[in-house]
Amino acid sequence: MTVGLHHYLFVSFMLFSLGLLGVILRRNLLVIYMSLELMLNAANLALVSFSRFNNKLDGQVLVFFIITVAAAEVAVGLALIVALYRKRQSAHVEDLTSMKL
Amino acid sequence: MEAINNLLSGGNVTDVLFYVFAALTLLCAVLVVANPFSRSPVTSAMFLVLAIISMSGLFVLLHAFFLAAVQILVYAGAVMVLFLFVIMLLDLKEEQRRRIKFFSLAAGLVSVGIVVSIFVKSLASIKPAAAEPTLEGETSALGKLLFTQYTLPFEVVSVLLLVAMVGVILLSKKKLE
Repeated sequence: MTVGLHHYLFVSFMLFSLGLLGVILRRNLLVIYMSLELMLNAANLALVSFSRFNNKLDGQVLVFFIITVAAAEVAVGLALIVALYRKRQSAHVEDLTSMKL
Repeated sequence: MEAINNLLSGGNVTDVLFYVFAALTLLCAVLVVANPFSRSPVTSAMFLVLAIISMSGLFVLLHAFFLAAVQILVYAGAVMVLFLFVIMLLDLKEEQRRRIKFFSLAAGLVSVGIVVSIFVKSLASIKPAAAEPTLEGETSALGKLLFTQYTLPFEVVSVLLLVAMVGVILLSKKKLE
């Protein structure tokens, strides 16, 4: 059986689920952020495989934009984490409860 | 490039390569999220680099050569260096093993289960392509598309990068006014 769209989508779905699990279960802000990156990458993989198997380049253009936006997002998010750490001396989600009612 | 194309159009080799890269990607992703040997964020970051590099191998198999290069340059190069810088800056200790609350574990498993069920449904509804894909992710074609049909998004993204840069500089100033 040759490798087709299903195979790539399966890998992408597995990656997305792993990232989601990491976001929910891990407590370190940075590791949560890395899991988010994993989910973005899963979406990228799905888009590239759709683009390949539908013979259209638009998916790849979208992935290009996603990578750019993800880079900007990482920069802003990490700056936020650093600012938060300066104030609280912790990068652990359970220590960040000041918005709790 | 010709050699790569010839190699990629051969049936069996690409299948084996796909399984190798897919297994590597998933293994590294598991080690990012739940590493049984180390809770340190640095190991997570390193395995994320490996996952991204093997995923760019998958991109090459999908004939998206430009995106494979960009993936390695931007993600494995820039983004992960940023992550490692922040980890070193914060001097994070190993995450203590706090007990995972039953509620959060249950919520996580339920949400992942829901997502997986959506995936299974959507996978089942996809029809296999009738013809063999002929698309070549050539960089020139991608560039042409980017600067004709997608010019406006391209410019907007450049503004977004500027905004992100200004925001980061403002956020990381010592005194927030």
